[in-house]
Amino acid sequence: MRMLLPLPVAVPLIGMAVSLLAVRHRRAQRAISSVALVITLLASIAILVNVTRAGTAVTSLGGWPADISIVLVADRLASLMLLLGVAMTSLVLLFAFGQGGTDEASPFYHPAYLALAAGISLAFLSGDLFNLFVAFELLLMASYVLVTLEGNDEQIRSGTSYVVLNIIESVLLLSAIGLTFAATGTVSMAELASRLAELPEGLRVGLNLLLLLAFGMKAAVFPLFFWLPDSYPTAPSPVAAIFAGLLTKIGVYAMIRTETLLFPGGQQGLLLIVAGFTMIVGVLGAIAQADMKRIISFHIISQIGYMVMGLAIGGPAAIAATVFYMLHHIPTKTSLFLVEGIIERHTGTSNLDRVSGLLHRSGPFALLFLIPALSLAGIPPFSGFVGKFALVTAGFEAKQWAIVGVSLLASLLTLVSMTKIWVGAFWGKAEPAVTDGEPVGILRSNKLMSAATIAVVGSSVCIAIFAGPLYSFCESAARELMDPSAYVRAVFGR
Amino acid sequence: MSLALSILTGLLFASGLYLMTHRSLTRIIIGFGLLGNGVNLLLLITGGPPGEAPILGRTGELADSVPQALILTSIVIGFALVSFMLALAWRSWTIDGSDDVEDDVEDRRVARAVRRAESDRPDGEDVESMDPSSPQQSTS
Repeated sequence: MRMLLPLPVAVPLIGMAVSLLAVRHRRAQRAISSVALVITLLASIAILVNVTRAGTAVTSLGGWPADISIVLVADRLASLMLLLGVAMTSLVLLFAFGQGGTDEASPFYHPAYLALAAGISLAFLSGDLFNLFVAFELLLMASYVLVTLEGNDEQIRSGTSYVVLNIIESVLLLSAIGLTFAATGTVSMAELASRLAELPEGLRVGLNLLLLLAFGMKAAVFPLFFWLPDSYPTAPSPVAAIFAGLLTKIGVYAMIRTETLLFPGGQQGLLLIVAGFTMIVGVLGAIAQADMKRIISFHIISQIGYMVMGLAIGGPAAIAATVFYMLHHIPTKTSLFLVEGIIERHTGTSNLDRVSGLLHRSGPFALLFLIPALSLAGIPPFSGFVGKFALVTAGFEAKQWAIVGVSLLASLLTLVSMTKIWVGAFWGKAEPAVTDGEPVGILRSNKLMSAATIAVVGSSVCIAIFAGPLYSFCESAARELMDPSAYVRAVFGR
Repeated sequence: MSLALSILTGLLFASGLYLMTHRSLTRIIIGFGLLGNGVNLLLLITGGPPGEAPILGRTGELADSVPQALILTSIVIGFALVSFMLALAWRSWTIDGSDDVEDDVEDRRVARAVRRAESDRPDGEDVESMDPSSPQQSTS
């Protein structure tokens, strides 16, 4: 187990280095990326199995004692997110192989993608605040490269604001970490958990708000979301899918850690307000859009609101609901972006005014959109329903009527805007017109892209089918989160 | 804790943030340089009073080595960010001859819609007086 934890970070990083050496050889780069991600995937499966069986796993890098070394910690939440993250990066890589084109052909696509994967793994596993900052920087740096890979006018324009805003966020996070260190003399989360509790109330609230501000910007919650709907749509589809599925969720993950481990129950009133506004503003933004990519980008914001809602309500039931919601959201959102990528590849545009009648071209393909779309809106047999049902139940138990009402309204509005895509892109006369004698299915025209998309949609469906056992796993993850002393015991071995 | 260092940190933060509110990417980069140094100084201050190098066997007041390690890491990251932003500024300049950060698509769409709505009104000469209340910011 001690050798296992660093693997999801180390393997993609080594892969990145080798991939940079093979800059002129696209086939070699593809092979390197595939091998690296498959090893990472196996390692994260092993970690999840181990953690489920034997409890929280901790590795001190370099073998130093835990209080002076960099520690990697995998509890249930971290290992679940890790596995989900690696699975999505692997499937989206498959999609990118199929799509080919200018992005993946760029010699720096694969190294940047592997660096992104390493950053994501490190963010989930890191056991101290500064290491978390480094993980953020690693994945952000890779994301800057991926967002501006083509270097055209549009990408540079949106990339610039993306980079500048994220840099401000990084500076905020680093100052927050510096101030936390000044107040407590440590950056290790396990030690912070006890030392922060001894600080005076005002200082603790200040540090808590600074950290929440930095992570909230990353997670795109209500007043800090404005960078997202502008920068994601210009990225190439596979890249946008990974960003949409994972990057904002890392912000939410960091918020969960801050609010459960470092400042238990710190800012619930504030988070409740933020959650409500995030849901409503995100979904209203989505309704106003006419471009598929922008609609589903705005939905990310609205969905983040649901996760923050569970965190704000607090208590094991609500946290379990939040964890399950993240579990459902990651594959669902990724698949929507992949479906959109196929549409864009097939019709050359993502503008709803110019695409229509996709249903006539391929029924099964329409189904691939319909499942995640309905799931996102929270319609019964799908995974989104389970997540929303759990959240609403937790809200009722905590007697937070207002937020429950807002969440149900936002859910209805989500359905409205998904209907807009369905009516605009799938119904109506086929346009651009179907060429004569060539009613080739969309799915069959590019098998690799379709296979990847089907796999992601399939995993979303599986989450709905195995909702029972998965939900009880989320519940035990939430129980772990509600008991910070267990985390501390696991890290220090006492 | 040194008062001079604290004041310097504040000054660096203020001037850095001020420069980052500008539209020209070059100024933003300089602003980030100042801000980054401000944060590094902040980390240095958190380390407490200066002292001997913390090497095994030394005695006396040892300096806290953790903030120094953090600063080294953050300098490296800052270097990477500045180089990337310089590349962005250069690319932006080769595309349209300026390195300004432009409004996003949505802002421009709203601005266009407002302009259209105003030009449709019968008393078209009144447009100027309406401007301050409208979200029309783009001057590209």
